[in-house]
Amino acid sequence: MCALCGVLGGSGHWTDAAARPGVFTRNVDGLQRRRERTHRLACASRVLGYYGLTLSDWQASSFVLSTATGKTELVENLSHLWATAEKLLGRPCDPLDPDLIYRLEGQLGGDGD
Amino acid sequence: MTEPVFTPVNLITGFLGSGKTTLLQRLLADPALADTAVLINEFGEVGLDHHLLERIDDTMVLLPSGCLCCTIRGELSTAMRELHSRRERGDVPRFRRLVVESTGLADPFPILSTVQADPVLRHHFRLGNVITTVDAVNGLNQLARQVECTKQIAIADRLVLTKTDLAEPAVTDALVGRLSRLNPSAPLWRAAETPIDAAALLAHDMFATAGRSEAARTWFAAELAAAGTNDRSRHDETIQAFALAFDGAVDWTMFGLWLTMLLNRHGDRVLRVKGILNVADSETPVAIHGVQHLVHPPVHMAAWPDGDRRSRLVFIVDGLDRGLIERSLGAFLQAAPQARPAAFTPSLQPTL
Repeated sequence: MCALCGVLGGSGHWTDAAARPGVFTRNVDGLQRRRERTHRLACASRVLGYYGLTLSDWQASSFVLSTATGKTELVENLSHLWATAEKLLGRPCDPLDPDLIYRLEGQLGGDGD
Repeated sequence: MTEPVFTPVNLITGFLGSGKTTLLQRLLADPALADTAVLINEFGEVGLDHHLLERIDDTMVLLPSGCLCCTIRGELSTAMRELHSRRERGDVPRFRRLVVESTGLADPFPILSTVQADPVLRHHFRLGNVITTVDAVNGLNQLARQVECTKQIAIADRLVLTKTDLAEPAVTDALVGRLSRLNPSAPLWRAAETPIDAAALLAHDMFATAGRSEAARTWFAAELAAAGTNDRSRHDETIQAFALAFDGAVDWTMFGLWLTMLLNRHGDRVLRVKGILNVADSETPVAIHGVQHLVHPPVHMAAWPDGDRRSRLVFIVDGLDRGLIERSLGAFLQAAPQARPAAFTPSLQPTL
């Protein structure tokens, strides 16, 4: 995780903002932001479950990624998420892994959580 | 609140001896670029690039290291911050564009990532077009031997073919064919034959044409035409372009999760990904554009380019399986939890 980015505010990840560069510097509409974070957790959990990892919110500013045995890391944004997950697992997280695809194909989108 | 003004940063890259500096000279002679600052880097001890450039004034900062790559990303960042700071203080003229010339050996990617990732720079600068020069005489050989050369071409928004007056027409044609497979949507100029249109080369970038649906239509046509041809020569059989289209609204978060996961693992082999998405809760499409590990800030387009409301993505990949990519994306999107009606629209809201 890039500590400097964390210190200086939003990580400015491309999934966080669209359309206008720089908007992530503005601190508006906290409710909407919280709602998105919850949805993001739900989405990520669908995939991370395959690896036995769980993701939870940390103070609405970062995420906490944990293994089943309790190894834990803070992650800043979605890109860091995968690098951190690979580090915790000691193996690659590949979206093109046929087993992962098979597992996800068996999941149907349910209610929001 | 007034909109922040971002200074576009153009990168000129290209293999050693492919005519980057000559191109820069021609560009800077254009009065339209009078307010352009230039960062070049000195390669080796001689600093040839420096001496060849006619226009050297105090808006130019020489980078002392030979290579702009990862190791001196910090220096590029420092040079750009310094330039910005001097502009704000009034020590240098108020330049409105910055051109960075990279060394021929560099993988251009870290330069782009510096502009987008640096916590200070990203509030003052934005990426503009990447211009890659290709030497018509040696281009095919360089492509065959050097992986950086392929990356420089794949990353380009504009291609400039140099030395066509010295090359055999057949060689040039073969090279042009190769370039159009590696990067179908980048317009190609023949520098020796046509006058350089500085504005078209530097200014008409993805950001400036944001929301203009005809721009999307143009590049889609080019990418799709290339994706449809299968006459790959044995040299670049691992590199292929293909297009995916899918119905229904896309969950932005799930899509982001998928693409970040793909780029984290295979970014080196995703030379380009470009597309428009029909995003849930958004009336108009969102355009995305990624080059290797880097994804440009997504853009809300003003309107759909045509009557087709499907999401469309074009990939140029090196050695990745098209079928797996398609299946993987489909599996991720259908696994998305149903968002509540008031859920996030992928627009404008920061996540801090």
